[in-house]
Amino acid sequence: MKRSEREKQFSQRMISRRALMLGGLQVGIAGTLMWRLRDMQLNQTEQFHLLAEENRINLRLLPPVRGLIYDRKGVLIAGNEQNYRVVMKRDDAGDIDLVLERLSQLIPLSDEDIARARHDMLRNRPFVPVTVAERLSWEEISRIAANAPALPGVTPEMGLSRHYPLEHDMAHVVGYVGPVSERDLAELEAPDPVLMIPRFQIGKSGVERVQENHLRGRAGSQRVEVNAVGRVMRELDRVEGSPGGNLHLTIDARLQNYALERLHGHSGAAVVLDVTNGDILALASGPSFNPNLFVRGISTSDFSSLLENEFRPLVNKTVQGLYPPGSTFKMVTALAALEDSVTDGQERVFCPGHMDISGHRFHCWRRGGHGRVNMTSALSESCDVYFYEMAQRCGIDKINAMATRLGLGVRYELPITSVSAGLNPSRDWKQRNRNAAWRVGDTVNASIGQGYVLTSPLQLAVMTARLATNKAVLPRLLRDPTESAERVAADLDLRPEWLRLIRRGMNETVNDQRGTAYSSRIVGEGQVMAGKTGTSQVFSITRAEREAGIRRQEDLPWNRRNHALFVDYAPMDDPKYAVAVVIEHGGGGSSTAAPIGRDITLAALHDGQVPPLASYPSPQRNRIRAEQEELEERLRQPEALRINRA
Amino acid sequence: MSYLEYNTKRMPSGLSKVLYLNWPLVALLTLVAGYGVVMLYSIAGGNAQPWAEPQARRFVFGLVLMFIVAFMPIWIWRSVAGVAYVVTLLLLLGVEFFGTIGMGAKRWLVIGPVRMQPSELAKVTTIMALAAYYDLLDMKKVSRPLWVLLAALIAIIPALLVLRQPDLGTAMLIALGGGVVIFAAGVHWGYFAALIGTATGLVTLVLQSRGTEWQILQNYQYRRIDSFLDPTLDPLGAGYHVNQSMIALGSGGWSGRGFMEGTQARLNFLPEKHTDFIFTTLAEEFGFVGASSLLILYMLVIGVCLLSAFNTTNRFASLVTLGIAGTFFLYFAVNMAMVMGLAPVVGVPLPLVSYGGSAMIVLMFGFGLVQSAHIHRARLPS
Repeated sequence: MKRSEREKQFSQRMISRRALMLGGLQVGIAGTLMWRLRDMQLNQTEQFHLLAEENRINLRLLPPVRGLIYDRKGVLIAGNEQNYRVVMKRDDAGDIDLVLERLSQLIPLSDEDIARARHDMLRNRPFVPVTVAERLSWEEISRIAANAPALPGVTPEMGLSRHYPLEHDMAHVVGYVGPVSERDLAELEAPDPVLMIPRFQIGKSGVERVQENHLRGRAGSQRVEVNAVGRVMRELDRVEGSPGGNLHLTIDARLQNYALERLHGHSGAAVVLDVTNGDILALASGPSFNPNLFVRGISTSDFSSLLENEFRPLVNKTVQGLYPPGSTFKMVTALAALEDSVTDGQERVFCPGHMDISGHRFHCWRRGGHGRVNMTSALSESCDVYFYEMAQRCGIDKINAMATRLGLGVRYELPITSVSAGLNPSRDWKQRNRNAAWRVGDTVNASIGQGYVLTSPLQLAVMTARLATNKAVLPRLLRDPTESAERVAADLDLRPEWLRLIRRGMNETVNDQRGTAYSSRIVGEGQVMAGKTGTSQVFSITRAEREAGIRRQEDLPWNRRNHALFVDYAPMDDPKYAVAVVIEHGGGGSSTAAPIGRDITLAALHDGQVPPLASYPSPQRNRIRAEQEELEERLRQPEALRINRA
Repeated sequence: MSYLEYNTKRMPSGLSKVLYLNWPLVALLTLVAGYGVVMLYSIAGGNAQPWAEPQARRFVFGLVLMFIVAFMPIWIWRSVAGVAYVVTLLLLLGVEFFGTIGMGAKRWLVIGPVRMQPSELAKVTTIMALAAYYDLLDMKKVSRPLWVLLAALIAIIPALLVLRQPDLGTAMLIALGGGVVIFAAGVHWGYFAALIGTATGLVTLVLQSRGTEWQILQNYQYRRIDSFLDPTLDPLGAGYHVNQSMIALGSGGWSGRGFMEGTQARLNFLPEKHTDFIFTTLAEEFGFVGASSLLILYMLVIGVCLLSAFNTTNRFASLVTLGIAGTFFLYFAVNMAMVMGLAPVVGVPLPLVSYGGSAMIVLMFGFGLVQSAHIHRARLPS
């Protein structure tokens, strides 16, 4: 802008005046800085010099003691054990490579250990102590202490590290801890400073992960004055942390051990519920793995052998494994039909061994057919055609609603990782996910727990508990030992007469000569069980295979055999336990899953002990005795399961 | 100043411009940068790598840039000020949407092979934009509320965008740098008094309400403010550094421990020893003599700039000069106050001394503008 001379002069005068004010302010601030500098460097220099030369203040974090985890009776599941370790600080060590090399002459250190320690030290701030080696013997620690002058920055320390005394038994439930990863830090909103300590361990899976905040506790800190060689001269102040809280699981460690060992040789899962309150007494997924390996840092070869194992030991099959429930789903179809009043349950349906529905032939598992069956005998002999008929009468909507009511297709709130919701299919679901309309064939498949239906073993146990009690039992894994164990679930409001029919069917399945699980019955007052077998198809035997002579499951390769399932509750008259067993590719429900389900049910009735032979039908006792002897060798010794709650 | 005022007869042209450069300023800047190179050499344990040599090379590049900027007539810079400001805003928005993350904040923008920090650029372009604004504005309107508001927006918009990255230090420098230009342009002092008064009142209100029934912030927010104001409350984070920084600085005494004699082991715990905390090393190794001489050099730079601003009748030229000088002052004053434990730790480097490219190049560009204003100043009639 073209300005007049007068305006220019006015502007210049104004700017000069303001510039002078700014300059004055700046000189004032600079003067303050100069005064502060003089004060620190000339007046107080003695004091700072002393602090710098003689002593330095060192801040140490006191890691909190992680909370303990007990089973329902007080058996320790996750504890902390004493552990001698060597820590090192970059700013005290000077030449870290030299010190590490000297250290490796005193204690066994692999190249990997050294590389990790170097990396941790260079990545962290220099005053942060880094753990170089853990789990050292007393001699090794003494050797380091004796050579302390040659090892600047190295301090032997005693700490606690996580230990799982029950090893494999609880791996899937409790999970394990491991060092904090970058990803863990990124997921947390406000990371606790204690997490920045290298090799501080946090829960990586299971209860350890979900209950991390409860278990971790709060770190304390300590400010100490140390001299030039790192000796602590005095403690300046100390803020006490607080230890993590303990947890009590509903699991019975003894029963869990029995269940897991009973699954030995199979890939499968077994769940035991207390039907009166939903307590999960056993949640066994076999084969399992030793969580202590992960705490110490699992070797690559161990880890890949776990990953490559066909039986998938790392997967928690009880809640994460999803299987077509097969015939164990038939109770759902039966109840849906009763509720919809399309049958009275007494009515008989003729089973010729197959049924033709919209141009497709659906077979019953018994090729010759069951003849005329009513609801009870259809359940106990597991007739498929009866349920094809009922499902067509009541439709998928009723079946879907009943399955939901019995707890299928529902994700339970449990403090463990990767709990699956399963799949309880509906018209809406198929439209959204498969972009196709629901067809009658889908209903027919669903009626016998095939097709789209997928359930986890835990869900099957919940379903059984609900059938046994007519209550909306919900599973729980944590309990407050100070509170009463009683918990009343909401009523399920299924008509008693419907349930009488279902329960009679389940009773006859096990205790009637024609039942599919008759050979797995329990004898003896007050411990009779009722149950249902299931065999779910993974692949059907192809025509080519049939022609090649393959008719039996045993002839198929393992991973193409049918899944074997069994659900039961006991005692029949006053139900206490509900059990679900799924054996992956076990062949058949009655041949593989039912005997395992019976043994685990008996163990539950006998406080987790090996069941007495008197509970088995007399012709089977010799065989059972041999099986039990073999099993007892693998079971944990009683002293390993002693109660150690303070 | 527009071309119309560009009195070619009284202006130096061609190579003769070299004679009209503000040579004292060139000498002062070189001296200050020299302090930096020497300290970086010492921190690396007597090695030109990894910091001293690249820093020296960057300063030479900065000097060349300064000369190039200086030789372009100041009216050209005035006419591109608006465009430069808008481009800066677009780049800042670009960071918001496409920026890359480094050190926990989103500051970098990668366009093809070029990696840049638009927030550094904003420090200079905001000052240029405000100076051009007041050059255009009728003198009578300077203190009218609407026009003051517009100026405030010019300063605050880039500052807010930078704050979102988040980079509190740079945002503060941009806003305060803009404030210096607005103040120098002659806006009525009442606005500043009102602003300072309101801010003080608000802060007092928030702090006073603590523990009463009408507490304004959550407890954890108060705790954060506490540890920001008094870093010793956060012993694992900033507090540790400030504490150790003060010990090192204080132990320097009158003449220091001597070149490269600073207790390296002690300083190793400072993660930013070659950047934000470099003043600590200087004060430890060269004592009060070294530290205060750098402070005096800095003040001389300010003084030379103020003199240059007094001696031109051109509004844009003097406002830019004052703005650049003000920003420069804020840089070193905040940094020194921080390492001496007088101010909270915000990431502000020691200008021309701390290791780092972006800040140095942008500052040298800014001093190029000061030089251009000096060479092409409308000389007062003698």
